[in-house]
Amino acid sequence: MNSEQERALIERDIAEFLKRHQEKELLRFVTVGSVDDGKSTLIGRLLHDTHGIYEDQLNAVRRASKQEGADIDFSLVTDGLRAEREQGITIDVAYRYFATEKRKLIIADTPGHVQYTRNMATGASTAHVAITLIDARLGVLQQSRRHAFIASLLGIPELTVCVNKMDLVGFDRAVFVQIQKEFGAFCGKLGFTGITFIPVSALGGDNVVARSTRAPWYDGPTLLQHLETVPLPTVQEDDAFRYPVQLVLRPNLGYRAFAGQLASGRVRKGDRVMVLPSKKTTTVAGIDSFEGELAAAFAPMSVALRLEDEIDVSRGDMLVHPERAPEVKKRFAAMLVWMSERPLDLEKSYFLKHATQLVRAEVEGVEHAVDMEHLDPVEAKHLELNDIGKVVVSCHKPLFFDPYRVCRATGAFVLIDPISNNTVAAGMIQAESAGAAKDTGAAQLGPHSLVSRGERRERLEQTGAIVWLTGLPGAGKTELAYAIERRLFDLSRVAVVVDPDDGVTTGGGPRGGSPPHAPELASRFADAGLVAIFAFASPLASDRDAVKESVGAERFFEVHVATPIERCKERDQRGSYDALHGPLEYEPPDAFAARASLAENDVDTLARELVDVLLPRITR
Amino acid sequence: MCPRSALSLDGLTDVRLSHLQQLEAESIHIIREATAEFDTPVMLYSIGKDSSVMAHLARKAFHPGKPPFPFMHIDTTWKFRAMIEFRDRYCTEHGLELIVHTNQEGLADNINPFDHGSQKYTTVMKTQALLQALSTGGFDAAFGGARRDEERSRAKERIYSFRDRYGQWDPKNQRPELWNLYNGRITKGESVRVFPLSNWTELDVWLYIHLEQIPIVPLYLAAERPVVEREGALIMVDDERMRLLPGETPRMEMVRFRTLGCYPLSGAIRSTATTLPEIIQEMLLTRFSERQGRLIDFDEDGSMELKKREGYF
Repeated sequence: MNSEQERALIERDIAEFLKRHQEKELLRFVTVGSVDDGKSTLIGRLLHDTHGIYEDQLNAVRRASKQEGADIDFSLVTDGLRAEREQGITIDVAYRYFATEKRKLIIADTPGHVQYTRNMATGASTAHVAITLIDARLGVLQQSRRHAFIASLLGIPELTVCVNKMDLVGFDRAVFVQIQKEFGAFCGKLGFTGITFIPVSALGGDNVVARSTRAPWYDGPTLLQHLETVPLPTVQEDDAFRYPVQLVLRPNLGYRAFAGQLASGRVRKGDRVMVLPSKKTTTVAGIDSFEGELAAAFAPMSVALRLEDEIDVSRGDMLVHPERAPEVKKRFAAMLVWMSERPLDLEKSYFLKHATQLVRAEVEGVEHAVDMEHLDPVEAKHLELNDIGKVVVSCHKPLFFDPYRVCRATGAFVLIDPISNNTVAAGMIQAESAGAAKDTGAAQLGPHSLVSRGERRERLEQTGAIVWLTGLPGAGKTELAYAIERRLFDLSRVAVVVDPDDGVTTGGGPRGGSPPHAPELASRFADAGLVAIFAFASPLASDRDAVKESVGAERFFEVHVATPIERCKERDQRGSYDALHGPLEYEPPDAFAARASLAENDVDTLARELVDVLLPRITR
Repeated sequence: MCPRSALSLDGLTDVRLSHLQQLEAESIHIIREATAEFDTPVMLYSIGKDSSVMAHLARKAFHPGKPPFPFMHIDTTWKFRAMIEFRDRYCTEHGLELIVHTNQEGLADNINPFDHGSQKYTTVMKTQALLQALSTGGFDAAFGGARRDEERSRAKERIYSFRDRYGQWDPKNQRPELWNLYNGRITKGESVRVFPLSNWTELDVWLYIHLEQIPIVPLYLAAERPVVEREGALIMVDDERMRLLPGETPRMEMVRFRTLGCYPLSGAIRSTATTLPEIIQEMLLTRFSERQGRLIDFDEDGSMELKKREGYF
């Protein structure tokens, strides 16, 4: 039935039309492409030819079209906001709606330029089909591959490739076949369920809604026919039951039910279910809806479940199939799409929203980033706007999850900046278990510690750091170290002194060498969130550099206690100079180290000055 | 709306919801999610067809209990009388807590659509009134019945639409919104507008009202009503405050309204559609978007976007 017949039916028998419309299916798809490859024109054409544009909207577009009297500029239908119209570029995701005889369709229209990865990810997150455009004249470009890659990353099952501007290559079959062959080979590796190629001219309307007479060699579906027939997901036998609890309904003392939307699978009255995280099992006593009690429910229905037993269940908990429980873990590997101007901060604690849970979480480390030019993994320390990378995430509370490939609803999460409250990243949990997630070295306490740096920092209100006091024997390092410790303590900070006389650390000796395991020891202290003040002469620059290397430059504060040697000899109480039998070879630190001299100031003043410099760096 | 396959214990494989069932499930999820995440949500209730659907969905979301938030109507004092009657009856019948707010300063200054023009009147009696009511009530989330298919600028609106402490919307600084994971984190003083009907179209709304037998204000159905024709629009003379221009005489015509608001600003259309299927039929056959009848949008191109930046829905 074409739109004319549909119109006739509306006129003749509205009741029949409504009955048919009521049964329509819903298909969500995302369109990707850049300004030049005609994507906006394609959507404008699709909406226009299916009567998805109202007359006054069309008038507004005609008004906005620059040349009056010229053809309608279909791209203006989809280019929404004022600022964008002024720039002549779509910069965000826009949603459009139309219906055909069989389906209601929701288009997420996203720009395809390289810096707008985040918009495409947003549009793709709910889509079942991705439509990408390839300019027939230009063939397969790198950006086409990028679009296909992001679509597959976001778990879209169906890829549709519109080879556009076929009119400009004379509807040459060879051009179409070459693109199909080349791009098909690339996309074949990305795990799509179906890949469809359609030769179109969005401008002329060829094979968009109406079949083209200019490409008689093509016997496949038009774009609209394809959208009407592409298989839609249904609830399958092996979809595991997942029910994130949104809230508890308790209108009166006699009634208690758990409101939620099935994320996956189905549930029947009388089914055994398990509650996470408590792992208690019970039976479904009833499935309630506004229309009355139901025998069963399936994804994505929103219902209310009553349970047989009075067990504690609240928002954030999940009801699941008892034999097919999801993973319950605090630590897992995930692909992350970074969406904020402010780069990923491994030191920072974010909010993570997953299903109906909001938890604190840190990104422990970046395993690799994806080079968007060649789609290869590359080494990376952090992620910036529009970067995609594989990371290890550590949460303060366990999540109940499935790999994103298995279930989008329980495999997806977003990260939220706790200060700006912005959504900064989209995450897709990977199949490999957390235990297998490679330790990235970011958490120096190793995979055994269940306490992250971020949590420690939150508790102690400081980051760990090493204050390394170096200088000649008798320069006053130990005295200064304890003065600094006292000063920090008075300011509610947590510090500890490590020196040759502490009775624990080996090292020191007449030459004041640093202890043999100083680098490991120092990073252990810093990771624990403490400010550790080391007071060793440590005359060799290489020893000090080894510590700096181990804890990281940003956590290492070198202080040259540069009291003149005459004063040092007077002050020295360990007899170091007598035991030396000769001059001490001392390599002073470079100009970047702080400097303190007991000849110029008293210990307390020096301690105060040093802490003034140190404090902002450990509490930033 | 519940699917037939949910009524029995068999045939649960290869099942799928229809588009309206999916939209309903999504909207209920959104309403519950915002209710759980915000401290003091409120549902804006404009008495129109979209509000009627939204209120109906809110009742479903918390059944057998009542929606745990108040319903708020911004009353400009120029609404159709039939709307006010309908509002009071609906809220009483379903035990909904109703808040009615009018901008008292505007009222004292006698700001009205005749003397001050639609733009100034709307700013004072609707936009400012809404912001006053939200801040007085300390509401951190406000449900609205806006749909993305209504107007071009709404197509990019989020489901959770963040507003700064002045109630303003920044189209360049919207939070990314993925899957059904909505970000409800705000700082004190900021708020979020929540649009559970974002993905519904006008046809979906009408069909749902039809199938669910949701009560609507009778003004949506054609009847003989006293109207005058002004600047190409049919304006209903709803009470004695209507100022007639020289030569204008109200005459009875068979009309109905596609959108409802303040009667001096709402254009009626000539129609004989007295049932819901007839309305839908008429709507589908005359391809005019619903805002055609709402005079405020024709001030300039992109005017809805401007109003939204200022805090109007």
